[in-house]
Amino acid sequence: MDAWFHPVGAEAFEVMTSGGGADKHRAVVRGLIDRQPDHLDLLQRVCRAAVGALSACGAGISVMTADGTRGVSAASDPVSERIEELQFVLGEGPCLDAFASRRPVLTTDLTAAATYQWPVYAPAAQDGGVRAVFAFPLQVGAVRLGVIDIFRDRVGPLTDEELRTALGFAEVTVEALLDRQANGHLRDGDGAAVLGVGRRAELFQAQGMVMVQLGVSIGEALARIRAYAYAENLSLDDVARDVVNRRLRLDGDTE
Amino acid sequence: MGTVSAERLSAIFVEVADTLVDEFDLFDFLHLLTDRASSLVGAAAAGLMLADEHGRLEFIAGSDENVRLVELFQLQNSQGPCLEAFRTGQSVINVDLAAATARWPLFAPRATAAGFRSVHAFPLRLRSQVIGALNVFGDTRGGNFDDADVPIMQALADVATIGLMQERAIRRSEALTEQLQGALNSRIVIEQAKGALAQIHNVTVDEAFNRIRAYARSNNRRLTEVAHLIVTDLPSLPGLAQP
Repeated sequence: MDAWFHPVGAEAFEVMTSGGGADKHRAVVRGLIDRQPDHLDLLQRVCRAAVGALSACGAGISVMTADGTRGVSAASDPVSERIEELQFVLGEGPCLDAFASRRPVLTTDLTAAATYQWPVYAPAAQDGGVRAVFAFPLQVGAVRLGVIDIFRDRVGPLTDEELRTALGFAEVTVEALLDRQANGHLRDGDGAAVLGVGRRAELFQAQGMVMVQLGVSIGEALARIRAYAYAENLSLDDVARDVVNRRLRLDGDTE
Repeated sequence: MGTVSAERLSAIFVEVADTLVDEFDLFDFLHLLTDRASSLVGAAAAGLMLADEHGRLEFIAGSDENVRLVELFQLQNSQGPCLEAFRTGQSVINVDLAAATARWPLFAPRATAAGFRSVHAFPLRLRSQVIGALNVFGDTRGGNFDDADVPIMQALADVATIGLMQERAIRRSEALTEQLQGALNSRIVIEQAKGALAQIHNVTVDEAFNRIRAYARSNNRRLTEVAHLIVTDLPSLPGLAQP
């Protein structure tokens, strides 16, 4: 057994906050994004709202293809845009690592990271005034859409509350990317969250089934299920259950 | 119970420790662990739940993944032994499900209907935090864990925690969040793969999971990797691409 592992007494246990907060969080995050100026692109509004909510100095979103090629991007401001871009120029950085490892990469001190993780990117980001970077993959299982990066001008971790908020921004961004609409506004939260309320095995199983039924990518399957649920005014859970129980096919065939 | 021989016990811990070397797959490891946890104490089923950032418990791996069992895990977001072990940091043992309806009005009758008669849960502990719980279902009334069984099962729960935290240096507290988020996402990949394979082979999702697991084992591939390929690059798995 490793030395770090020390079972502790029951009195010392703290438990993460109760599960009921997820809905509230998403609503708050949506509200913050919708309050941003209308003339901005949706992803840009997400970045600006995240900066405000997380006392950050900047934020950037890179939408990526499965092989890591960068597509659409957005940032809260020109400096952040450059720091976000830099990772793709240099081929290293938290965003690329988060995408590749499919989990958040939380770097509380870029000075430490400079020595082993990103010898080129870390000093360059520091030159831009960044001291800490928190990168969150935009993903739902095997669906990988990109990464949102939060930049801070001071060393130190996100609090638990900030962490939940940051993950909330990532989740809402995934939904926005899946549902991209002409007017660029977020759909109302109706419990049809990608990962939030009603996170159930059936939902993800249905995604795999629809992928095969329609012969599309898993990402496209997610978007189609969401579109169907909205169009038919059904909850995602209900659609998923019908798909898994083979009462519904999105390709119109009957089984 | 209490009849677990020292030989059997050490064999299981050696086997589990043996999978923790080098390039281990988290889900292969957790499936092995839940398999062994249930067989060790003659239980009907065992499973693991992990908490997400909101403290919501998510099913992560089970000795058996049939739909009815998975539903019993999902239900424990609102009530049940896992939630209690998670909230209190204490184990829950030898609960007779027939007499637990007042304690868990939804969970107890459903667990009984699924054929279980007793239930136990052990917290997954990491320093001052509880990150999830190990759940054990028995088909004998009230279960019969004795004082000697409890530390053994808690040790298995602790080993599960070690496995979860193994992939990266745990000294950084950020590593906990990174690991848990990664594990929760991998679980989603497995569900997506179950759905895809169920559609291709025209079988239930339970059977699809059995096939994925069997394929990974017989081809010496990681479960997570196979699941990911099913969803993103099925032709690269010729043994699974056709029913």
